[in-house]
Amino acid sequence: MSTFELLANGLVAALQWQNLVYALIGVTLGTAVGVLPGIGPALTVALLLPVTYKLDPAGSLIMFAGIYYGGMYGGSTTSILLNTPGESASIVTALEGNKMARKGRGGPALATAAIGSFVAGLIATLGLAFIAPFVVRFALSFGPADYFALMVLAFVTVSAAFGDSALRGLTALFIGLGLGLIGIDLQSGQTRLAFGIMDLLDGIEVTTLAVALFAIGETLKTASDRDQVAAQVMAVKGSVWMTIEDWKRSWASWLRGTFIGFPIGAMPAGGADVASFLSYSAEKSFAKKPEEFGHGAIEGVAGPEAANNASAAGTLVPLLTLGLPTTATAAIMLAGFQQFGLQPGPLLFANNANLVWALIASLLVANFMLLVLNLPLIGLWVKLLTIPKPWLYGGILVFATLGTLGANGAMSMGIGPVRISFELVLLLAFGVLGYVLRRFGYPIAPVVVGLILGPMAEQQLRRALAISQGDPAILFHSPISLVLYAVAIVAVGLPFILRMRGQGKLLGQLATDED
Amino acid sequence: MTTGSSSPQRRPDGAALVIAAILAGIALVIFWQTSQMRVPPVQQRMGPTVFPYVVASGLLLLAGGTIISALRNGFPARSKDDYRPIFWVVGGLVGQILLLSTAGFSIATGVLFAFTAKAFGRGPLWKTIPIGVVFAFIVWFIFAKGLQLSLPTGVLERLLTTGSAF
Repeated sequence: MSTFELLANGLVAALQWQNLVYALIGVTLGTAVGVLPGIGPALTVALLLPVTYKLDPAGSLIMFAGIYYGGMYGGSTTSILLNTPGESASIVTALEGNKMARKGRGGPALATAAIGSFVAGLIATLGLAFIAPFVVRFALSFGPADYFALMVLAFVTVSAAFGDSALRGLTALFIGLGLGLIGIDLQSGQTRLAFGIMDLLDGIEVTTLAVALFAIGETLKTASDRDQVAAQVMAVKGSVWMTIEDWKRSWASWLRGTFIGFPIGAMPAGGADVASFLSYSAEKSFAKKPEEFGHGAIEGVAGPEAANNASAAGTLVPLLTLGLPTTATAAIMLAGFQQFGLQPGPLLFANNANLVWALIASLLVANFMLLVLNLPLIGLWVKLLTIPKPWLYGGILVFATLGTLGANGAMSMGIGPVRISFELVLLLAFGVLGYVLRRFGYPIAPVVVGLILGPMAEQQLRRALAISQGDPAILFHSPISLVLYAVAIVAVGLPFILRMRGQGKLLGQLATDED
Repeated sequence: MTTGSSSPQRRPDGAALVIAAILAGIALVIFWQTSQMRVPPVQQRMGPTVFPYVVASGLLLLAGGTIISALRNGFPARSKDDYRPIFWVVGGLVGQILLLSTAGFSIATGVLFAFTAKAFGRGPLWKTIPIGVVFAFIVWFIFAKGLQLSLPTGVLERLLTTGSAF
């Protein structure tokens, strides 16, 4: 069947009322949680994962995808009105968007962000639909050694290529890899690093780690920050609608953002934050009025917002076709697939074609829903920003522990007569880890990606070594793997050289533009 | 206030050295535990010990890198954090863990909610704990009854849903 037919079949499935309801729940929750400062899409998906154990697989995956897209939309609202980005990909949006809001142009800023996200989401989702079959065909020829090389590349791009320190990125990755070792080794049945604790035999749950690092770590970091400024929510004054001039200035930025963001997400060359940074600097150089940058240039909102949504859709290319998560959210979505016994990758397209295409089609549907949710209903979401911090973070911790208990609430440990939940103890320990990582400038995403991708990389490595009877030279036999290693070396080397030549320019700009 | 000041003679970053030591410690634990595993000789080169050794070696190298970074003050400047709120949040989590099996979800989680609010400066506890318990009960009701999530049940939950405390 051609891609068109597959996509059309998918649309028929996506438009069934149950799936529409799942998509609507997903985008609504995603937007709501994306708007809340301090909660990004990764945490939202992680929190909701345990809730969906009993739902049907297609429906809950559609819901997750809706949450992912919704979180990307919602994050921009926070950046524009609060100057506290809801997620890292929205940092750039805060630069120009908040300046616009302060000038009373919050409405058009929100509108260009929402419409830009829509345009980008639409084009990028179609891009996903048309590229995926090609990647799948290509990936079917991959051997274990090639997969291993691909995962090494993903490790490198997630941890070392961008961000301000390769050392700290790699350290975070190796912490995740180390955690991934814990438990029974599936190939030999041997127990590793469980220290005699029964609960550790199944390994560390990705959701527990993600919820702890994102929710509890973030809460601890925010609470301990002495210079908490009571962030001011900008009221949306005047019209939400964009003027003709706004449209004229935005449309090219949306398209540029899309074409920057989608390949970056798909390649995998870093997350949505990288895409939005690159788009911002592209807009700055293309702008007709560059002097407006730093004072609320609409292009600086339109481009990066389109870029981060396009890159979110792009991330789904390696996730669905290769089973390769390249962001924390994708890693948790992978855990979501696994919870239903599904393994993303080329075989998923062969064995579960209906489900995959329904999922892709429902992304298009979700995108339309989000446009409706975000433009006319923006006032509703803005109210969420006014929740006082004590209640907000109290609520976040309630849901964090609820999700963990729901997934694995066995009271399996005892202190004297009191039975306690080992999973919650882990949650607390990883929460403190999350705080320490944040405090010392370590990135969080590589830990999560390392935990889920580490065991998969190990499996491929051992398969490759089994084929060659232990000769490591097999890892460098195929041209595909050699190319992948070469790209990985460039990905580490290039930013390193750029850094040596006077600190990444983009980060420098960010520092000077902030007040 | 910051450790990353630009004066030429800087002291090495002590906290970063501690991180390096912890990383090295983890690496050694993985080495030691893996060396204790009994692996059939066929699996020596591709068995369950290969990857742990790779990870442990990586951690050891990164510990070395962290030492260098600490000596060169390569870590970003840190703000002086206030540790009291951290104790409140951690205290709330510990309280919830200890109370769950005896007091049930709502009361235990209400304590967590109130302690977290306290960390962000909202009190007093005798007001916020009841608010938290009510909130946690509503959440418990939606998720345990509506979505069939298995959550620990205590006296309060039984009393309010079945009318009897036992």
